[in-house]
Amino acid sequence: MKEKTPLMQRDGTRSVLASLISILIGLAAGALVVLLASMFNKSLNLKTAWEGIRLIFLGIVSTGRDAAGELSFGFNPVTLGNMLFRATPLILTGLSVAVAYKTGLFNIGAPGQYLAGTTATLFIALEIPTTVVPAWLVWILAFLGGMAAGALWGAIPGMMKAFLNINEVLACIMTNWIAANLTTWAFDVSNLKNTVENTKTAYIYKTSFNGVQTPKLFLDKIFPGSQVNGGILIAVLLAVLMYIIFTKTTFGYELKACGANRHAAKYAGIKDRRSIVLSMAIAGAMSGAGAALYYLAGNTEFYWSTYQSLPATGFNGIPVALLAVCNPIAVIFTGMFMSMLDIAGQQLTALTAYNEYITDVIISVIVYLSAFSLVIKLWLGGKAKKTAKDKPDANAETEPAPAASAEEGKEAGK
Amino acid sequence: MSFLIRQTLIYAVPLMIVALAGVFAERSGIINLALEGIMIFGAFVGVLFVRLVQQWGWFDVAKQMDNWVALQGFVLMTMVVAAVLGAVFSLLLAFAAINLRADQTIGGTALNLMAPALVLFLIRLIANQNTLQMATGDAASWFMLKKTMFGFDKNAELGFFASTFLDKVYLTTYVCILVFVILSIILYKTRFGLRLRSCGENPQAADSLGINVVKMRYAGVTISGALAGMGGFVYALTTANCASTGDVAGFGFLALAVMIFGNWKPLNIAGAAMLFGLFKCIAAAYASLDINGDGVFLLANLGLNANFYRLLPYLVTLLVLAFTSKSSRAPKAEGIPYDKGQR
Repeated sequence: MKEKTPLMQRDGTRSVLASLISILIGLAAGALVVLLASMFNKSLNLKTAWEGIRLIFLGIVSTGRDAAGELSFGFNPVTLGNMLFRATPLILTGLSVAVAYKTGLFNIGAPGQYLAGTTATLFIALEIPTTVVPAWLVWILAFLGGMAAGALWGAIPGMMKAFLNINEVLACIMTNWIAANLTTWAFDVSNLKNTVENTKTAYIYKTSFNGVQTPKLFLDKIFPGSQVNGGILIAVLLAVLMYIIFTKTTFGYELKACGANRHAAKYAGIKDRRSIVLSMAIAGAMSGAGAALYYLAGNTEFYWSTYQSLPATGFNGIPVALLAVCNPIAVIFTGMFMSMLDIAGQQLTALTAYNEYITDVIISVIVYLSAFSLVIKLWLGGKAKKTAKDKPDANAETEPAPAASAEEGKEAGK
Repeated sequence: MSFLIRQTLIYAVPLMIVALAGVFAERSGIINLALEGIMIFGAFVGVLFVRLVQQWGWFDVAKQMDNWVALQGFVLMTMVVAAVLGAVFSLLLAFAAINLRADQTIGGTALNLMAPALVLFLIRLIANQNTLQMATGDAASWFMLKKTMFGFDKNAELGFFASTFLDKVYLTTYVCILVFVILSIILYKTRFGLRLRSCGENPQAADSLGINVVKMRYAGVTISGALAGMGGFVYALTTANCASTGDVAGFGFLALAVMIFGNWKPLNIAGAAMLFGLFKCIAAAYASLDINGDGVFLLANLGLNANFYRLLPYLVTLLVLAFTSKSSRAPKAEGIPYDKGQR
């Protein structure tokens, strides 16, 4: 690889471009849904649709409505800080899915692992009295406990895959629901239910009730009034750690080899079963860490009667990972993008008649597109090659590009 | 006992029909992980249709006159609507998986994310809350079959058979069982069924014999979508009082488990669905379950936590999969995009 490949033909460039195209199409689809919904609903009109669409794209810099009732935009430290805070668990569940995907496993079990992490973290953070043990030690214990619980919950489908050859997707779905029920059960019989603030039912105490919370590390000075804390830095550190493990160590190479071809890896002397279980355990630990950081913030509450629903943060790890093409470093950015969408959805609910579910529509479109990102990448590659080849030709500029690209797309689609 | 059978059937029938939906997709070679999403979509479409028709007042007269033939016809109509739109929704998966040769697991997951999001977005706009309900009345008073409809007296003491299968049941249960039987026969005893199955086993060989693999796979996914959409509405009608909340409590995924446990064969699937229906029924009604009719609530008296019964169906699925995975035989070509060049 002495010779430098042109920027447009590099695999990384194409991946980034494919992701950007997916994002744009996803946002456009969200805008389209808003537009269509406005046409069929009497209380909405084109003006509200335009407001909704602007918020979808620019929700993160929205500052509410001005005196005239028009939407106003500008630097908003609260939403930016909240974006960083909400990105923390998303980056980690994204890492969870990405790490498993590198080993050839589709970790749809992130919600269950997230719940396992939540339960362990909250029990440790609230049950150990900070009058006896220093709060910082309780914080560390709770964080590690959450990771360990997540790892355990990830290892179960991993073992079922490795030893019994059960499809990990199915095993993960079942462990998700088992986790949801076990979590409800554990808190149901516990004494951690919030009884002080009696306006709230079915919530667990905030960890700050026991004096345990993540240090702000001066981030609250940059984004005053927001929920941001040091957790985001831990998430970034873990992402870098994952990057190093998967690109610079033998262990990571073994995991990847196992994902590429389990039988070939076995033939090469790699313990394939161990690799699968470990990979799922690491994935679970990431989800658990995400839950731990979210709930250790001290200002978040957990709704414990959760047996009928799974945490969306877990599922949103899938788009985060797919959009990042499972690159741990890229996960940091896609995680922030997802939380930005989240904020935009909230602004939409707060400021217009539309609601936050449009965010999930956008996310699902992005996931749908990433299912055939390969096609988009091939299409991009073909286009780049075409322009590179035709450059010396004087007619290059006038060549009907759409026709050529359509042909490439067909080629890829076959 | 007849309560137990009735309730079990109510849970088992959507599972059965949706598991068959999975069979049609997978036997044609496409993994349909989107069953859950299609169910959610079908449930929404069905409930919305019921609501709109009620608002337009078309069946009010029939309801007032207690014309149950018209009302049951209305149910059938809604089932068809849910099935058609379920099929349309599933085309998204078919297009990605067949034409664009996309990763089917991710495509299915996308649909699973899309359905609840879209449905909840619309429900919030339509109803200003997170639940879409019927415009008037409830499912039981509109659509439930009761013994008086068959000419029995209100206080008549029926035999075991009649009181189990004719009183307080939904027509959808029997329609679904009928559809299940017909489609199973089609899958095994017709030329179309044989061709469909061949595309899931060895599409290259099938293609060499002149079978259009793309067409067959589209057929498989579309039938799958129709069944799942219909199953979603049946679920909403019979267990959720004809309301849509953007959620079917993991029934689509359970149906996938039923399909695998049933080894991709209709008869085994029917049996597996009954088993899971029973566990779901126990989870929902263990506290008031009087098995022998002697006034003793055995399960409630055991004193176990409600959450234990709730997690039982999932735990049993996992254990059953663990013990039966060795003998399970999935269609050979499922999940692999068809590549003519590999022939």
